[in-house]
Amino acid sequence: MDIHEYQAKEILASFGVTIPRGGIVYSPETAENKAREIGGSKWVVKAQIHSGARGKAGGVIVCNSPLEVAQATDKLLGKKLVTNQTGPEGKIVNRIYIEEATDIEKELYLGLVFDRSSESIMVVASTEGGMSVEEIAKEKPESIIRSKIEVAVGIQNFQARELAFGLGIEPELIRRASETIIGCAKAFSELDATMVEVNPLVISKQKQILALDCKMSFDNNAMFRRDKVSELRDKTQEDEKEVYASDRGLNYVSLDGNIGNIINGAGLAMASMDMIKLAGGEPANFLDVGGGATPEKIVKAFRLITMDKKVKVILVNIFAGINRCDWVAEGIVQALEKIEIKVPLVIRLAGTNVEKGNKILQESKLNYIEANTLEDAANKAVAALK
Amino acid sequence: MAVIIEKNTKILIQGFTGKMGTFHAEEMIKYGSNVVGGVTPGKGGQKHLDKPVFNTVKDAVKHTGATASILFVPPAFAADSAMEAADAGIKTCVAIVDGIPSHDMIRIKRYMRRYSKNDKMTLVGPNCAGIISPGKSMLGIMPGHIYKEGRVGIISRSGTLGYEAAQQMKNLNIGISTSVGIGGDPINGSSFRDIIEKFETDDETDAILMIGEIGGPQEVAAGEFAKENMKKPVIGYIAGLTAPKGRVMGHAGAIVSAYGESAIEKVEILKECGVTISKNPSVMGDTVKSIIEKI
Repeated sequence: MDIHEYQAKEILASFGVTIPRGGIVYSPETAENKAREIGGSKWVVKAQIHSGARGKAGGVIVCNSPLEVAQATDKLLGKKLVTNQTGPEGKIVNRIYIEEATDIEKELYLGLVFDRSSESIMVVASTEGGMSVEEIAKEKPESIIRSKIEVAVGIQNFQARELAFGLGIEPELIRRASETIIGCAKAFSELDATMVEVNPLVISKQKQILALDCKMSFDNNAMFRRDKVSELRDKTQEDEKEVYASDRGLNYVSLDGNIGNIINGAGLAMASMDMIKLAGGEPANFLDVGGGATPEKIVKAFRLITMDKKVKVILVNIFAGINRCDWVAEGIVQALEKIEIKVPLVIRLAGTNVEKGNKILQESKLNYIEANTLEDAANKAVAALK
Repeated sequence: MAVIIEKNTKILIQGFTGKMGTFHAEEMIKYGSNVVGGVTPGKGGQKHLDKPVFNTVKDAVKHTGATASILFVPPAFAADSAMEAADAGIKTCVAIVDGIPSHDMIRIKRYMRRYSKNDKMTLVGPNCAGIISPGKSMLGIMPGHIYKEGRVGIISRSGTLGYEAAQQMKNLNIGISTSVGIGGDPINGSSFRDIIEKFETDDETDAILMIGEIGGPQEVAAGEFAKENMKKPVIGYIAGLTAPKGRVMGHAGAIVSAYGESAIEKVEILKECGVTISKNPSVMGDTVKSIIEKI
C-alpha cells in the first residue's frame, strides 16, 4: 500500500526526522491562508498523487506570494497529472501540500528496502540526491553506500554514523544525520513498511538536515495490525477496477490488451498471460480468483471483467485440484445465468474430473469455445478476436 | 529415500480442529500420509478425526514422536506457530498460509539461527501447496492423484502451475519423485537453491523441473548453484513474461524491482547456467521428456 508524500512526512516527523514547515489544503482559499500561517516569502505548492517525478509533470510549483500559492493550488486541484510512473491515464490531484521553500546546499538520497537476497532491511544512501535510485545506480553507482540492518536488534548508532560520514556530511551535522537515518529505520520496522525513501534528503544553507520529499509503502499482509496506517489508504489514487477487485478478495492488475483472463492461482495466471502473448494476443488483465476457484469468486470475476470495456474476448483457465472441475463448471454456469457476456468466451478446464466438468458446460446453454491445453486456450482466444 | 519426507514420516497438523486443518488433514490421511495428531491450544486431550489433539507442539512431539508439521493457522499467528514447531524439534514444517507479513518471515528466519545445522528445521512456504512424494506421503494441499510416481523432482513457487506441470507429465507417463511448493512470498522458508541441493543428492531423482516466476533473486541463485555444483539436468520455466515492472502479480513476491528479476532476464541467465528452458508453459512436460530421454 502506498501513501502520499505529506502522510509519509508526518510519519517520519513523528520518528524524529525534520521536515520543512507545511500543511495540507483542499482549496485555493485555504492555501492562501496556509501560506501566511507557514510564513516566509517563498513557498512550494506540491500536488499529492501516488507517484514520483511530479516535478517534471508540472505538479510542483514554486510561489513568491500567498496569492500565487492560491493560484497554483487552483491550477492543480482536480487536474490529472501524468508522470512517467502513472501510465497515460494519469492520477487525479485532490490534495495539495503547501511547504516553505528550502535553501538547498546539498541533495542526498536515503532509502530503505527489503533486500530479498540477504533477507534483511537494507539502507541505501547516495550523495547524488534528486535523481531516482535507478538513475543513480546507472550513472553514479560508485556513490551508493549500503548498510544491512540486523532485525533482531534494529539499526545501531555506528551504522547510522558510518552512513552519515560516508555521505560526506560535516562533523557538526553527523548527529542530526544519524538521528534522521535511525528515525527512518525505526519507522520502517515498527510500521511494517516495505519501502521508505527520502529523496532528496537535503542539507539547507541554514545547516538543517531536512526530508524534502518522502515516500513510504507498506506490507498489505500486515495491515491487520496497522489500523492507523490502513486509514491512510487513498482509493482515488488506485485503478477503479483494482479497488473493486481488492475489496472483493480478488488479485487483479489492469493491463493494456483486449483478452480478459479469469484464472486460479497467480503462477498459472502469469503463465496463461504469457501463452496469450506467444499466441499473438495481449492480455487485458491479470486476475487470480484463488486456488479454490469458488462459485462466489467466479461470479465476482466475471462482473469485474465485464466492467472493462476494452475486453473483446474472455479466457477462463481453471486447474481444479481438490475442488474438482465439475464443481467449478457448475459455478461458471451459475455465474453466467446472472451475468450477460457479449464477447466470445473460451473455457479451459484441467485437473480432477475434467471430463465431467466439460460435459456440464457442453450440456448447459452456455455459448462458449472449449479448449484443452494452455496453448489451445490461448490460440482459440486470439483467433476469437477476429 | 525421498527428499524431505518419507512414507512413514509422522505428521502433526497445527491448527488441527479448524475448517482448513480438518479438511486437508482428511485429504492427507486418505492419501496415506502418516498423520499422528494435531495441535490446537486449549483443545488438548480431545480426539479429532480419531487422532489426539495437543495444546502445544512440544506435548505432541513427546507423545507421538512427530518430525513434520503443517500449518493451518491464520496469518497473524503463523510466525508464532512456525517458531513453536522449530523449538519443539520438528524437522520439516510446511506453512500453507497466504498473508504472513514479510517482517514476520524475517523474524522467523532469524529465530531459527539459534539452532545448529543438524537441529535446524526445514521450513517450506509460506503461501505454498506443500510437499508430495507420490505413492509415499503428502504434506500439503495438492490433488494427490495428478502426481505419478517416478524420478523427476519438481520445485514450484506457484501451486496451480505446479499442478499443471504434474498433469502434463502424467499425460506423458512421466513420474515425480517429490514435488515441493516453495510459495509465492518475497521471503520464504526454503529457496529454490535449498531444495535443488537436496534433489542433487537424492538417489530417487534423476532430473529437476524448476518453475519460477518474476521477482527476487532465487531462481538465478539456483541456476548459478546448478552450474557450479550439479550433475543432474535442470529444466526451468519462468512465468511472467507479460508482467509490467513494479506491479505485484498476485503473489506478494512476484514483482520486478531490480535488474535480473524480469522473466526475460531470468531466462537468459538460467540458459547461461545450463538450465534447459521450457519455451512456454504448455510444453513443460514435453521439455522434461526430451531431457530425461537423453539420460
